[in-house]
Amino acid sequence: MAKPIEKDKLIFGNYGPGVRSDCQVSMGLLTKGGLEIDLNSKVNSMYGKSIREMLRDILVFFEIKNARVTIQDSGALPFVILARMEALIKSHVKSEKEFLPDMIAENLYKSENERFRFSRLYLPGNSPSLMLNAGVHQPGGLILDLEDSVSPEKKYEARFLVRNALRQLDFMGTERMVRINQFPSGLKDLAFIVNHNVHLILVPKCEGPEQIIQLEDEISRLKELAVKDDTVFLMPIIESALGVEKAFEIAVSSTNIVAMAIGLEDYTADIGVRRTSNGDESLYARTRLINACKAAGIQPIDSVFSDVGDMEGLRQAVRKSRSLGFEGMGCIHPRQIQVIHEEFYPGMDEVDKAARIVKAFQKAKEDGLGVVSLGTKMIDAPVVKRAQKTIDLAVDLGLWQRSGDK
Amino acid sequence: MSVHKVRDFINEAPNYKYQMILKDSEKVKNAAGRWVPKNVNGEAQTPYKGIAKHKPKTAKFGPRGVSCADYPDDGNKLLASLREALVKAGLKDGMTISTHHHFRNGDYLANQIFDIAHDLGVKNLIWFPSASFPCHEHLIQYLKDGTIHHIEGSMNGPLGRFTSEGKMKGLGVLRSHGGRYQAVQDGEVQIDIAVIGAGCADSFGNANGLSGPSSTGLLGFALADSQYAEKVIVVTDNMVPFPCYPWQIQGNYVDYTVQVDKLGDPEKIISGTTEITKSPDRLFLAELTARFCEHAGIIKEGFSFQSGAGGTSLAVGEFFRKIMKEKGIKARFARGGSNKYLVSMLEEGLVEYILDGQTFDLEGVRSMAENSRHISTSPFTSYNYHGKGNFASLVDVVILGATEIDVNFNANVVTHSDGYLLHGMGGWQNCLFSKTVILPVPLFRDRIPVIVDEVTTLCGPGELIDVVVTERGIAINPGRKDLIKAVKGSGLPIMTIEELQDKAEKICGKPEKPKLEEDIVAVIKWVDGTLLDSVRKVKQ
Repeated sequence: MAKPIEKDKLIFGNYGPGVRSDCQVSMGLLTKGGLEIDLNSKVNSMYGKSIREMLRDILVFFEIKNARVTIQDSGALPFVILARMEALIKSHVKSEKEFLPDMIAENLYKSENERFRFSRLYLPGNSPSLMLNAGVHQPGGLILDLEDSVSPEKKYEARFLVRNALRQLDFMGTERMVRINQFPSGLKDLAFIVNHNVHLILVPKCEGPEQIIQLEDEISRLKELAVKDDTVFLMPIIESALGVEKAFEIAVSSTNIVAMAIGLEDYTADIGVRRTSNGDESLYARTRLINACKAAGIQPIDSVFSDVGDMEGLRQAVRKSRSLGFEGMGCIHPRQIQVIHEEFYPGMDEVDKAARIVKAFQKAKEDGLGVVSLGTKMIDAPVVKRAQKTIDLAVDLGLWQRSGDK
Repeated sequence: MSVHKVRDFINEAPNYKYQMILKDSEKVKNAAGRWVPKNVNGEAQTPYKGIAKHKPKTAKFGPRGVSCADYPDDGNKLLASLREALVKAGLKDGMTISTHHHFRNGDYLANQIFDIAHDLGVKNLIWFPSASFPCHEHLIQYLKDGTIHHIEGSMNGPLGRFTSEGKMKGLGVLRSHGGRYQAVQDGEVQIDIAVIGAGCADSFGNANGLSGPSSTGLLGFALADSQYAEKVIVVTDNMVPFPCYPWQIQGNYVDYTVQVDKLGDPEKIISGTTEITKSPDRLFLAELTARFCEHAGIIKEGFSFQSGAGGTSLAVGEFFRKIMKEKGIKARFARGGSNKYLVSMLEEGLVEYILDGQTFDLEGVRSMAENSRHISTSPFTSYNYHGKGNFASLVDVVILGATEIDVNFNANVVTHSDGYLLHGMGGWQNCLFSKTVILPVPLFRDRIPVIVDEVTTLCGPGELIDVVVTERGIAINPGRKDLIKAVKGSGLPIMTIEELQDKAEKICGKPEKPKLEEDIVAVIKWVDGTLLDSVRKVKQ
């Protein structure tokens, strides 16, 4: 008898002062009486009817015929309500089924290896209100975070929300990223994100190639199950002394690794020092990571700058980061994006150089040469591709006019 | 008919609840296609006829003549208490009592007036504030017990909710700041007793808001009341010997003066809205709005602007500052509520004059007192539509808010999409006469789309609204071909308002219409005194 009573007390989602665009749900299974929905919604007059219908749909889908559902809603979007409900239902009844909201057409685009990754914005994976307009700010990537920004008791429900967000939240052209949990629980996150057009998975506290191999195995298994084959890029995050020592091995452990980031909060804790603003204590780790990435031909990405109020400090940090060789930085607030972009955007000298490379490539093609060279230097195909990206970006930024062969 | 038609109407039937369920014959469809009552609180109304269509045909209202013989030779009109002043002013059933919102959410005065009225057993008063605030929730008890019959002014927060649920005895009447001046000037509202709270005053009644613990900068909202009310009481907590100068309110209009300990809570007088928003989404919206103005060529040497006191509007001002500095542009004047941001633009020389209608923080108060280019204005100079012009129409660009905007660019600022009356109009309607009107709004709030098929309540006709800026796109009124042309090729996300609506509905779902009853609980006046729309009772 004790167990069902406990389940009646299970509550998912968030509701209360200061909580917006979310809802809280609970349910008691009954033996008869049909479905009873007790809805208290801020948007009742506009969406009360459709919320009730949606709840019935998902309950019927999971074959729940008699239950009392209580929902407190502060204006949650449908995909949020459905995520909360699915987390609730699956904690009451076992089911292999998934109630997937439609994948919106806006989210079907692909990413590519060579894309710039100047900025990536972390979004707490269990806080819908912070997700809704995140794309508007146009970071390079949007990260739905299942790791540090989600408290342990919310990890379970956050997976449903992140999955539904991947399908319904408009990422507005940004690279679609998820940070999974550390090993081994991070492996369980994969079922909620692979096959939902996730472009890139951030792998926290990565300490060796075997983790990457395990991860790739699970990703392949999930893709086969769904008979799907979307490329999923990986960005391991190095956050420990061991990880730093293994940086190169990790970087070359999979062709899907396109970038590698450093996480300095955990790293400095691991080596037992305090993180300072000038970062002397992590200089070795950062330069080693950069070197490993460059050797492996992937992008080295810097840690986040945690003082969101200090824009000048951020600017200095980005300049330093770029001068060391980093090609991007994490953000924890949308206002950081613009500063990071301004500092990472190519200078005119770089644009000129890129233009020369592209021109040399075009000429080699016209001349029917298999090898591209600029002066006496040979140029690899990926370098040409990157140069083309730089030109595209410069055109977008108005730094360059695409007028034939300038 | 007596001059006090409304007073007689409600006094003749003190317990009569104004019949709000109107038959078709008692309603009329106005030029905006909205059904409005022919009669409001016993008084015949003119339905809205269109912009610039209705003109007054009668002379302006004049209060009863007076003589110096009835006032003290030494000029000392000081009485012992507010209660004594109200009694001497002849407070009685059915009177119209006016107050002003200079003290905003820190106001003690309005509540005290009705405490006294209740104590004296006076009934059926009409409260005529220039705006109400959540602190006036205190008055709900008097709306319930019949001390106050109805409100003509604004019904914010709790008072709005009370009104929307059909609990007020009479019909609420909502006016803009300019409409309030117009209504008083034209005699639509005849004020029996005006109570003017002032940061500083002398016993003769000269008053200003420039100093003292309850300083508010200016007192412009009380100007009409001082000129046209039957009895005028000035109340201050900072009495100075004659002369109190500058006399924003002239003592020659004043009957009695009163000194009190405290007019309000200074911390709440300076409202919290004068901080720039920290919300990244709103900052983005503000920046996009400023960029639109830049590309449209609005930000140019000698231009003028007005931007409200809300967090987003303040931020628009700051982005204007950035653009102006980069390009070396100076504005001739900025209109509006002043605040520390605008003051610093004045002091940096980015703005030559502030024409101030409402001072929002202490920096504004200081600047107005010290700087001759920071000028006190009133609804008469800025907003009154029945004047020989007003300043609002001279402004190049105004940035305003809205709760809803429909696909015809009509906008609502008083009710929410659930039908509840929660805000007043302030100077919003009056500002629509600016050369370019821009409404930066989120595409949706929580799940509620801002762009709708048809606004719940019409406050501003779409012909006057030029641009809607949302974080996901900008819609320009098709009537503004010049603006559409100006921003072509700018890279700004220009789209039709239907596309914006569609974007929001794809995310939020198509909302159902609010469930409203036939009963009318309040009416919306247009700037010329005609009836623009009705607010209906919310179904509970």
